[in-house]
Amino acid sequence: MPSDLATHSRTIRDVIMEQIVVIAARQSKPLASLSDDLPLMESGLDSLCLAVLVASLDDELGLDPFSADGDVEFPVTIGDFIELYENAASR
Amino acid sequence: MKMPPAGNPSLWSFITGSGLVAQRFFSDARDRLTLAELADGSSLEDDIDSFQDRSVLILTERQLCAALALAQLDGVARRLVLCPPDITPAQLPNIIARAGVDIVLADGPLGDKAGAVAELRLSRCGAKIRPADRPLIRATATEWLLFTSGTTGHPRLVVHTLDSLAGPVADGVAVAKDAIWSTFYDIRRYGGLQILLRACLGGGSMLFSDPAEPVGAFLRRAGDGGVTHISGTPSHWRRALMSPAARAMAPGYVRLSGEIADQAILNNLRQTYPAAKIAHAFASTEAGVAFDVRDGLAGFPAAMIDDAGQAVEMKVQDGSLRIRSSRIAQRYETLDAKALADADGFVDTGDLVERRGDRYYFIGRREGCINVGGQKVHPEEVEAVINTHPAVQFSRVQARPSPITGAIVVANVVIRPASLAAGTSFETVRQEILSTCQQTLAPHKVPAMLREVAALDLTAAGKLLRQGA
Repeated sequence: MPSDLATHSRTIRDVIMEQIVVIAARQSKPLASLSDDLPLMESGLDSLCLAVLVASLDDELGLDPFSADGDVEFPVTIGDFIELYENAASR
Repeated sequence: MKMPPAGNPSLWSFITGSGLVAQRFFSDARDRLTLAELADGSSLEDDIDSFQDRSVLILTERQLCAALALAQLDGVARRLVLCPPDITPAQLPNIIARAGVDIVLADGPLGDKAGAVAELRLSRCGAKIRPADRPLIRATATEWLLFTSGTTGHPRLVVHTLDSLAGPVADGVAVAKDAIWSTFYDIRRYGGLQILLRACLGGGSMLFSDPAEPVGAFLRRAGDGGVTHISGTPSHWRRALMSPAARAMAPGYVRLSGEIADQAILNNLRQTYPAAKIAHAFASTEAGVAFDVRDGLAGFPAAMIDDAGQAVEMKVQDGSLRIRSSRIAQRYETLDAKALADADGFVDTGDLVERRGDRYYFIGRREGCINVGGQKVHPEEVEAVINTHPAVQFSRVQARPSPITGAIVVANVVIRPASLAAGTSFETVRQEILSTCQQTLAPHKVPAMLREVAALDLTAAGKLLRQGA
């Protein structure tokens, strides 16, 4: 059902955005203003922050789209990153 | 063209002994100089003869300046101690004593390290070349001292020579003389130093990375600089491929080392750089480069194990990979004198492997040593810091696998009953522990996740149970 899907997508997006802010604050990294077009690597998060984000999302959402089956395409923007999780959830 | 001297050639002879010195260059984000300029001058403030038979601590901030120091002082100094940028002032006295350092070479203000080296002769090595006479003889078999992480927070010094370091360079990777090398690594670590040596010994050029430079800016600089050969850890490469500037460069050769290369990163590199040869290598500071794998698949062919008569012999014993070759380091420069190799000359890499079909796959490290993006973390070192908090009874630090950095450091903490009874909030304890860790540990060692647990499992011997991670 489209409405359920939309709710679910928004939830994933909310969790990701919230975790990005929490992790950046914990690691004392200043964040750029977040938007879908912003490249992840220019958001203020470094590799270590991103690793923590992926682990936290695994705990929060039960999803790890990166788990190495060799098929994952690395996301470049925040939008790509969110889409990766949304697609993993709908699988 | 100057000919390299016979026997035990120094790095200098490889740098100046090529007809291409005018085209070859070293560059970083700030400077670019040709090897022809270097061949006719000096970037050292002091006369080069004053470094004869000295033990020199290379404490420069810039990699370019460290490379210039190596090029000029190999064959002259008795020892060159290559200090990585994350060495702390508190670690310096121990290093200076172990390595018998008598000269400190810097490229700028020493900042908070000035106090620790105040007693030593301080000399400068910048990136500017001045006209200078050259010593006629570079006959010293200079020892190169590299660092690996130790369990107590004090780095171990590993003794190499140019010969043992350069052994892997003749591995059949055909490289054009005009190759331009680069690496995401710092050249003061084994993985990065290998790339500098490939550039120097193979007749190529070298473009240095800069830790302060955003990855996109570095990738664009590498593209503009015409980089043809480039290396990094799988974590470096994941970061690069997530940058919109990944395609700003078009290398012909892409190398991974320092961590387990999984199939996802190999596939993504293939997709981004379709024309590149992609190789993943296995190396350690102690054992040197063991092999590289060029078939684009994770793991390595089982036929490489127990294959006698190779330059590098490998075996698997008690689950871990053991290596014997002329590339292994001479020894550890330590007082506890832990043997580097066993009686047969094999070094235990501590990396656990598992055979599946006709390939071996790396599955983690023995003794719970954690590899975060190619940098080793000993759980004991982090536990010792956590345990300084008065409310902590026990802690256990371990790896959590990460598809981004290979692993991250996580900690489970048991709070003292008295603190629990007094109503201490774990959130407060967590903040205090993290703040202590951030003040005393390198960023990759600070626990990314900290959990309160009621108890920790102990082994029969009363030690904290660790699993390979």
